[in-house]
Amino acid sequence: MNGQGWAEIVLTIVLTVGLAWPLGIYMARVWQGERTWLDPVLRPIEALVYAACGVKRDKGQNWVAYAMSVLAFSIASFLVLYLILRFQNLLPLNPQGFPGLSPDLSFNTAISFVTNTNWQSYTPEQVVSTFSQMAGLTSHNFLSAAAGIAVAAALARAFVANRSEDLGNFWIDLTRISLYVLLPFSLILALAYVALGEPQTLIAHVTAHTVEGGKQVIALFPTASQEAIKQFGTNGGGIFNANSAHPFENPNPITDLIEIVSMNVLGYACVVAFGRVVVAKPDARALVIVMGLFVLAASSIVYATETRPAPALVAAHADAGVNMEGKEVRFGAPSTAIWVAATTGASDGGVNATHDSLMPLGGGIAMFMIQLGEIVPGGVGSGLYGMVVLALIAVFVAGLMVGRTPEYLGKKVESREIKYAMLAVLILPLAILGFSGVAAVLPVALKGLANPGPHGLSEILYAYSSATGNNGSAFAGLSANTPWWNTTLGIDMLLGRFAYAIPVLAIAGSMAAKPKLSATAGTFPTDGPLFVGLLIGVILIMGGLQFFPALALGPIVEHFQVLHAVAAR
Amino acid sequence: MLAQLRPALVATLFFTLLLGVAYPLAVTGVAHVAFPKQAEGSLIRDGQGQVIGSALIAQAFAKPQYLHPRPSAAGNDAYDASNSGGSNLGPLNPDLAKRIAKDTAGLQGEGAGPVPADAVTTSGSGLDPDISPANAQRQAARVAAARGIPVSDVEKAIAGATKTPWLGLFGQPAVNVLQANLALDAAAPARAAPIPAPAPAT
Amino acid sequence: MTTATAPLGEQRRKAATLGGSFSSQMMARAARDSFVKLDPRRLTGNPVIFATWIVALLATVSTGLAIKDGTAWGFALQIALWLWATVLFANFAESVAEGRGKAAADSLRATRVTTPAKLIVDDARGTVVPTPAHKLGVGQIVLVEAGDVVPADGEIVEGIASVNEAAITGESAPVIRESGGDRSAVTGGTTVVSDWIKVRITSEAGSTFLDRMIAMVEGADRRKTPNEVALAVLLAGLTLIFLIAVVTLLGLGAYSGVKLDPMVLGALFICLIPTTIGGLLSAVGIAGMDRLLKFNVLATSGRAVEAAGDVDTLLLDKTGTITFGNRMATDLIPAPGVRPEMLLRATLLASLGDETPEGRSIVELARNRGLVLEAPKGATVIPFSATTRQSGLDAGDGKWRKGAVDAVLKDAGLEASQAPAEFTAAVDRIARSGGTPLAVSEDGVLMGVIHLKDVVKPGVKERFADLRRMGLRTVMITGDNPVTAAAIASEAGVDDFLAEATPEDKLRLMRDEQGRGRLVAMCGDGANDAPALAQADVGVAMQTGAQAAREAGNMVDLDSDPTKVIEIVEVGKQMLITRGALTTFSIANDVAKYFAIIPALFVLGLPALGALNIMRLHSPQSAILSAVIFNALVIVALIPLALRGVKYQAIGAGKLLQRNLLIYGLGGIVAPFVGIKLIDLIVSGVGLA
Repeated sequence: MNGQGWAEIVLTIVLTVGLAWPLGIYMARVWQGERTWLDPVLRPIEALVYAACGVKRDKGQNWVAYAMSVLAFSIASFLVLYLILRFQNLLPLNPQGFPGLSPDLSFNTAISFVTNTNWQSYTPEQVVSTFSQMAGLTSHNFLSAAAGIAVAAALARAFVANRSEDLGNFWIDLTRISLYVLLPFSLILALAYVALGEPQTLIAHVTAHTVEGGKQVIALFPTASQEAIKQFGTNGGGIFNANSAHPFENPNPITDLIEIVSMNVLGYACVVAFGRVVVAKPDARALVIVMGLFVLAASSIVYATETRPAPALVAAHADAGVNMEGKEVRFGAPSTAIWVAATTGASDGGVNATHDSLMPLGGGIAMFMIQLGEIVPGGVGSGLYGMVVLALIAVFVAGLMVGRTPEYLGKKVESREIKYAMLAVLILPLAILGFSGVAAVLPVALKGLANPGPHGLSEILYAYSSATGNNGSAFAGLSANTPWWNTTLGIDMLLGRFAYAIPVLAIAGSMAAKPKLSATAGTFPTDGPLFVGLLIGVILIMGGLQFFPALALGPIVEHFQVLHAVAAR
Repeated sequence: MLAQLRPALVATLFFTLLLGVAYPLAVTGVAHVAFPKQAEGSLIRDGQGQVIGSALIAQAFAKPQYLHPRPSAAGNDAYDASNSGGSNLGPLNPDLAKRIAKDTAGLQGEGAGPVPADAVTTSGSGLDPDISPANAQRQAARVAAARGIPVSDVEKAIAGATKTPWLGLFGQPAVNVLQANLALDAAAPARAAPIPAPAPAT
Repeated sequence: MTTATAPLGEQRRKAATLGGSFSSQMMARAARDSFVKLDPRRLTGNPVIFATWIVALLATVSTGLAIKDGTAWGFALQIALWLWATVLFANFAESVAEGRGKAAADSLRATRVTTPAKLIVDDARGTVVPTPAHKLGVGQIVLVEAGDVVPADGEIVEGIASVNEAAITGESAPVIRESGGDRSAVTGGTTVVSDWIKVRITSEAGSTFLDRMIAMVEGADRRKTPNEVALAVLLAGLTLIFLIAVVTLLGLGAYSGVKLDPMVLGALFICLIPTTIGGLLSAVGIAGMDRLLKFNVLATSGRAVEAAGDVDTLLLDKTGTITFGNRMATDLIPAPGVRPEMLLRATLLASLGDETPEGRSIVELARNRGLVLEAPKGATVIPFSATTRQSGLDAGDGKWRKGAVDAVLKDAGLEASQAPAEFTAAVDRIARSGGTPLAVSEDGVLMGVIHLKDVVKPGVKERFADLRRMGLRTVMITGDNPVTAAAIASEAGVDDFLAEATPEDKLRLMRDEQGRGRLVAMCGDGANDAPALAQADVGVAMQTGAQAAREAGNMVDLDSDPTKVIEIVEVGKQMLITRGALTTFSIANDVAKYFAIIPALFVLGLPALGALNIMRLHSPQSAILSAVIFNALVIVALIPLALRGVKYQAIGAGKLLQRNLLIYGLGGIVAPFVGIKLIDLIVSGVGLA
C-alpha cells in the first residue's frame, strides 16, 4: 500500500461521482421527455419507433401494464438472442466458422445478456462469432441496460405522483434511454477506446510469426464498440475470456480509468436523476454518498488484502509485497482493488484481474458486495431501485423511532410496500443460498470446481451470487458450461432480474396511488449524515445476517487459514 | 400481454439493427479511418510486412538473450492469444504453491534479492505484455551476458519500453517485453547470431 | 341499584403505573394466561413466536429420542426448555399488557345496571312501567329520577338534572345535563343525583357506551393496526430469510466436512429470528391503548392511536383550549384627571357584587395591586341587565357602575363625541387589540376604562413550541372577529387561525389540510362538530359532549379536557417509537449472536474459525446455550419498556432518531456481547455446559 494507490482509489471514485451529476441532470430531462440538444437528430427516429410500435406518446401505463411490457420485451429479446446464438453457423459474419451454441449454453447466454448479467459460461473468442458479438451481444448490452433504467424511471414517477396510477410508458422510456443516453455516450466512448488502443475490426484473427519463431493466433473482434456499452451499461460480458484484464479490452491505465468510471457513473446518475424528478435532491445525494462510501470501503479493503503476503509467494521466498497471481502488471493492486469494488458493487461483472485468485478476504468482499443486492451503486437503474427498496426497509425499521409511521420521500410505507420489498429481498438468499446448499453436495456440480476446500465453496457461492445479482463476474475457475450450472445459473439470473423488478414495479404502483405528503419538522429525515449512517447499517446488517454463515465457511475460514499458513513460515 | 407483442417484436428488431449492426459498423468505419493502427490490434510488422505480434499481447520468450514475459495460463500452451485467461488458482491452492515454488527456484540464481512476484505469477489475461521494472532489472544481467553487451545497454532498452503511471497516479510502471526485446534486437541483431543456450525452465 | 366500586379513573391510574402497582393476583393471572396461549392456534398470527413454538417442539421430541436412545441429552434438554421459555415469556408479555385492561373492564362491568328502568308508556298521564335495562329499545323514553342510574345511553328530551358520571370518568363532581343543546347526552351507568330527566334511549343493549368501553379496554376485538400488520410482514420475511440461511447450512456444512447438529441449527434459527420484537409487538400495542386510558382517553381502535402519532395539524378551539374562555381584566386606564388608585377603587366597588368570571377577575386584579375591600354595609348589588347594559353597587353615599362604554357615557351625560380624547383613544386601542373595553363610573362621573381580554392559558405557548418541534402545526379555530383572533393567535403562538369560523368552515379547513397530505386531529363536543370529528384522522370527542359528537370521533376524552389532544399525540408517538426501538434492538442483537454461535457451530470441523470466537466463550455448547438463554431473557428484561413505552421528547425528528439509534441500535449491537459473555461465565461456572 502506498500514497499513490490510495490517491488513485479516492480520485477515481470522486471523478465518477462528479461526472454522475451532469449526466444525471441530463438523464432526468430524458426521463421527463424534455428537450435535449440531440432532439434535431433523434426526434424523427423516436417518432418512427413509436409509429412502428403503435405507441402513443402521451399514454401512460399503470404498474401492471408497465411490468407486462418489461416482460414482453425481455421475452422477445430472449428469443431473438437465443436464435442468433443457437444458429450462428447459419448467419453471416462468422469468419471463425464457429458452430451454433449448445441448447443449454444458448439458454444460459441469452438469459444472461437479457437480464444484464452477462455471465459467460464459455470462452468468447473460442465460441462466439463476430455477428453474434455484434447483433446478439452488443445490442442486448444496450437494451437490458435501457430496460433497467426504464424501471427506475417508473419508480421515480411513482414518488412524484399524487393519487395516480400513471408510471409512464415503458416503450417510450426504453426508446428514449437507448437513443438519448446510451447510444451517444457509447459512440464517444467507443472512439476513445479505439484511439487508446482497443481493436475495432471485423477480421477474426491475425497470425503472428513471433520473434522467437513461433506462431501466435491473435483473436480480434469489433472490441471497442462493445467495450463501451459493456461498461457504460453495467453489462460486463467480456469480448474476450479474460474480460478487461485482456490487453485488447483494456490496454492501459487510461482505458482502465475510463472503464471504471463508466461502469459506475450511470448507476450514480440514475440516483441523481431520481432526485431531480422526485424533487428530493438532498435525499438522492444521501443515497449517492452511501453508494460511494461502500465502493470506497470495499476498494480499501481489497487494496489492503491484495498487498498482504500471499502464502504461496511467502513459501517460495519470492517477493510477497503484492498478490500478483491473476493481476496485470500495468494495473497492479490499486487499480485491481477499485475495479473489484466497482464491478461487484455495480452488477457490471467485468474484471481486470482474476477474482478467483484474489486473497480470501478480497474475494469475500467481492462476493459480499454482490450479495448486498447490487445497490452500491448497482446496475444501471437496478441499483437505484434496489437501493430504494433497502431505503424503504431502513425507513420502516428505524423510522418508527421518530414517532411517526414511516414515510419515504412523502409516501407512507405500509404493509403493501413492505410485503413487496420483502418479496424482492427474499430472492437473494433463496436463489443464492438455496442453490449453493444443493450444489455443495451434488457431485455433478462439484465436478466443475477448480479449487479444493473453502475456496471451492467460494466458487459455488460466488457463481450463484453473481447470477442472482445479475453481476456476471466469476470465480472463473469454475467450469460452468455444463447443463447443471447453465440451467441453475440461468434460473438465478431470471429470479434476480424479474423477481426483483416486478415487486419494485408493484411498489411503484402502490406508491403512486398514495397521496404525496408534505414534510414537517417531525418527518424522518432522509437526507442527512444520520440517514447515511443508518442506511449503511441496515445494508450491512441485512446483507451480513443473511450471508455471514455461508461466508464463514468460504472466504472467512480461508482467510484465517491464510493467516495460519503465513504465520507458520 | 398480447397488446405488448407488437411493440416488443418491433422494438427488438429495430434496436438489434440499430445498436447491433449500424452502431458497431459505424464505429468500425470511423475507427479504420481515424485510428487504423489501433483498430487492427496494434500489430507490429517486420521489414517484410509480416506480423510478428501485437504490442499489446504477450508472446513467448524463452531464450536467455530476451527479456521473459510473465508465466501465462492462456490456453494449453500458454500465450494463446485466442484463448485468454488466468490460472484461477486460489491463494491456498497446492498447485499454485507448487508452481510458484518451482518457478521461483528456477529464477533464484538469476539476480540479487527476492524474485519479483510478477515473475512467478500468471496474469489475469495470460497475455500481459508487461513485466515490472524490478523484474526487468533482474533479468538485465542475464540478457546482457547472453548478448555479450553491457548491462547498461539492456537497461537502456528497458527504459525505452517502460511506461510510467498516467499523471503519476493511475496504473503501475510497466515494461513492455516485446518492445524492449525488439529494441535490443534492433540495437544488436541477435537473431542473426543465434546463441546456443538451453531454454531455461518456464 | 348498583354502585361502582372505586372510580374507574382512579383504578386505572393505579393500575397503569408500573412497578409495585402490579398486584400479585394480576401477575398470577398473566402467568396462567401465558400457558393457555401455548395453544398453537392462538400463535398463528405471530409467525416469529409460532416458529419458535415449532422449533421448541422439535427440540423436545429430539430430547425425548435422545433419552430413549440413552445418548447424552442434558444439553438438548436445556435448549428445549429455554426455547419453551422464550415462547412463554412472549405470551407473558402479552398477558401482562392485557391484564391491566382486564382489571379495568371488570370494574366497569360492575357498574352495569341491574335495577329496572322506568319506561314511560303514557307521557300524558305519567305512567311508568318497570322494565329491565337490557329490554329497552332505541327510541323508548324512560324517566330517571334522583338516585336512579341511567339505564342506557340516551338523549334528554325533557328536564334538567345533575348527574354523577364517576362510573365512567372517575370524576366525582356532578355535572349538569339538560335537554336541548350540547349537554343533552347521558351515558348508561351514570347516576342522577338531583332532579329528574326524561331520556330517549339511543343505543341498543350491548352496544352502549359502557359496553363499547368494556370491549375497548379489554381488547376483546383488538385488531392489528396497519403499521403492526406491516411490521408483522417484515418480521415474517426476516424469519423466512433466516430459515433459508440456516437450512442451507446443512449443504454448505456438509461440503466443508462439518457435521451439524439439527438441535444447534434450530437454536441458531431461533436466536436469529426477531423473537424480541415478535414477542413484545402486541404488548406494545395494548400498552399504548392503556397509556391513553391512563390519561382518561378511550380510543375506539388501535388505528386511531397510531394515527395520533402521525398527526401533522392540530385544529384547536380557542375557547377552553387556548384561552380560559372568559375575559379577564388585565389593565385599567383612568380618564383624564382621575388618579389611578381612585379608578382602581371605583372599579373594585363596581364589581364587588359581580359573581361572573369577569367580575371575579377584577377583584383578583385589585388584590394583585394591593387593594382589598368589603362591600359597604347595606350596599345593594345592581345586576347586569340587557336594558342598562351595566352592573354595579349602590351604597348609602355612592354608586359605582361598570359596563358597555356607550351606556356608561350616557349615564354620565356625555355624547360619544364629548368623551375625553384620551379615554376614546384607550377604548379604541383596547378594541383593536382584540380586547373588550368596559367603562367605569362613580356617582355618574366617568372614571376610566377596564381592559378585559381573553387570557391565554399559562404554558400554552410553550406547549405549542413543543408541538412545532414535534412537527405539528396548530390552527386555532374561533368565532371571534379576525382582529381579536389575530391578537390571541400571536399571543398563544399558534401557527395559524381561522376567525369567525362556522362548523362548515372548520370542515373545509380540515379537508384542505388533508388534501395537502396532512393528517389532522381535532377535538369537539358540539353536535355540529360531528362532521368534522368524523372527517378528522384523530377526532377526540368530549365525554360531556353531544351524543352525535361521541359517535363521530374515534376517541373519547372522559375528562372532557380539550388540551388532551397534545397528550394523545404524544402517546401515539411513544407507541410507534417503542415499536421501532424494539425492532431495531432485536435485529441489532443478531450480530453478537452470530459471533457466539457460528464459531461454536463450525470450530470442530474448521478450527481456523475459532478466531471468530471474539467473546472467548467457554465451549461450543456453552456458547450456544448462552445465546439461547440471552435470547429468552431479553424478552423478560424488555417487558417493562414495552409496557411503559420509550420516552418521547419534543426535540425534533433528527435528534430523536439520533438518540434512539444510539440507544437501541448501537446498544442493540453491544448489549448481547456483554449479556452472552456474562451468561456464558455463569453457565460454564455452574457446569451446565
